[in-house]
Amino acid sequence: MGSLFTPLSWSDTGFILTGVWNTILISGLSIFVGSVLGVIVGFARAESNKYVNFLFGSVLDVLRSVPLIIQLVLFSTFMGVMGSPLPPFVAGTIILSLYTMAFMAEVFRGGFESVNNSMIIAGRSLGMTYWQTIRHVRFPIGLRSVFPAWLGVALSVIKDSALVSVIGYVELLRTSDQLISRTQQPLEILIGVGLFYFLISYPLSVYGRRIERKHAL
Amino acid sequence: MDYEFHWNIVFQKMPELLQGAFVTLHVSVLSMVLGIAIAVFLAIAKMNNTKPFNYVAVGWIEIARNTPALFQIYMAYFGLGAFGIHLSPYMAVLSALVFINAGYLAETFRGGFQSIPDAQYNASKSLGMTSFQTYRYIILPQMFRRIYHPMTNQFVWSILMSSLGILVGMSELSGETQRLQSLSFRTLEFFIVTAVLYYIITKFVLICASLLSKRLFKGEI
Repeated sequence: MGSLFTPLSWSDTGFILTGVWNTILISGLSIFVGSVLGVIVGFARAESNKYVNFLFGSVLDVLRSVPLIIQLVLFSTFMGVMGSPLPPFVAGTIILSLYTMAFMAEVFRGGFESVNNSMIIAGRSLGMTYWQTIRHVRFPIGLRSVFPAWLGVALSVIKDSALVSVIGYVELLRTSDQLISRTQQPLEILIGVGLFYFLISYPLSVYGRRIERKHAL
Repeated sequence: MDYEFHWNIVFQKMPELLQGAFVTLHVSVLSMVLGIAIAVFLAIAKMNNTKPFNYVAVGWIEIARNTPALFQIYMAYFGLGAFGIHLSPYMAVLSALVFINAGYLAETFRGGFQSIPDAQYNASKSLGMTSFQTYRYIILPQMFRRIYHPMTNQFVWSILMSSLGILVGMSELSGETQRLQSLSFRTLEFFIVTAVLYYIITKFVLICASLLSKRLFKGEI
């Protein structure tokens, strides 16, 4: 009988690549959905009165003050109990998107509020409609200025996507976990995984810092 | 919806949950204290151009900032085993959090330090202040004011991220919840209560921090 623990071999590459792909897929999708929702909510927060704002703010606050891991477990158990269990990918994407939205909304809100009101007034006095000032003044200027902050949130979402493994989604860290229990070579595998995240995250964070410095000048 | 909530069991186990919450606070406070201590050295080492220290600091900071917290915890719990170091779940989570906090805070400290213009050093020198006096009365108070909020955020982040202890069997709030729900099968109830507890803890910390900042800075932020 062969050994229970077989060393890492090339045939594991496919499995690892599935994990890599799933990590990219779920974080990309969540960043996209979260950003779109974040723009909408952020815009609503920048434009609405303080009562509406308080309501929005407290919902976003809950999403930011409860650990992601608890949100994931809670949501997927809840859906199961309700009689419509969701596949891990769907449940993970929903929660990760909402979580992203909670942070993105604040980022975009800050951007929209940073647009000087006199610019909007100038637009209106040139005969633009309300929506035209939004479309041609507030959005382009507000969105451009928050790019570094947006990138920062996006990078943290890529890293946080590792947590989706708790509800059974097979992303990179989970594939490595399974390989570790088979091969008993934790160090090699983990270093590989860490390197993957680092290679994605590091260049982007350097890029973000450079943009930020350019803005500051 | 034909699910019956049973809250009794959760309330019976409340002391154990609170015990877990205490461990959560404990590990995050400790990770902040140690993280701040290391971050000071990292920030100094990064601003200094002494070669080996500089490389260590930059490497530490970039690795801590660019890899997932879960990876750090796995590394501490499984990875270090390759070197014959076997950490308990508590120590694994604590060391991972310290590692990350130190990395993030070092950047915060460096930013806070560099945000104070050079002219102030020169001004205090010309007023006849010693180097120690300059730091004690001019530089550090202003720097502290600027890094106070990032530090609070980092503390809240540590509380939230200590929940990853659930994955290595640590008995903090999440781990304890996991254990209790597996004994009773009231998963939903237990996790709802835990979510509420986390919310209360983070709100409590934020409120304390803002009261403290009012007292410390007397409104001049």
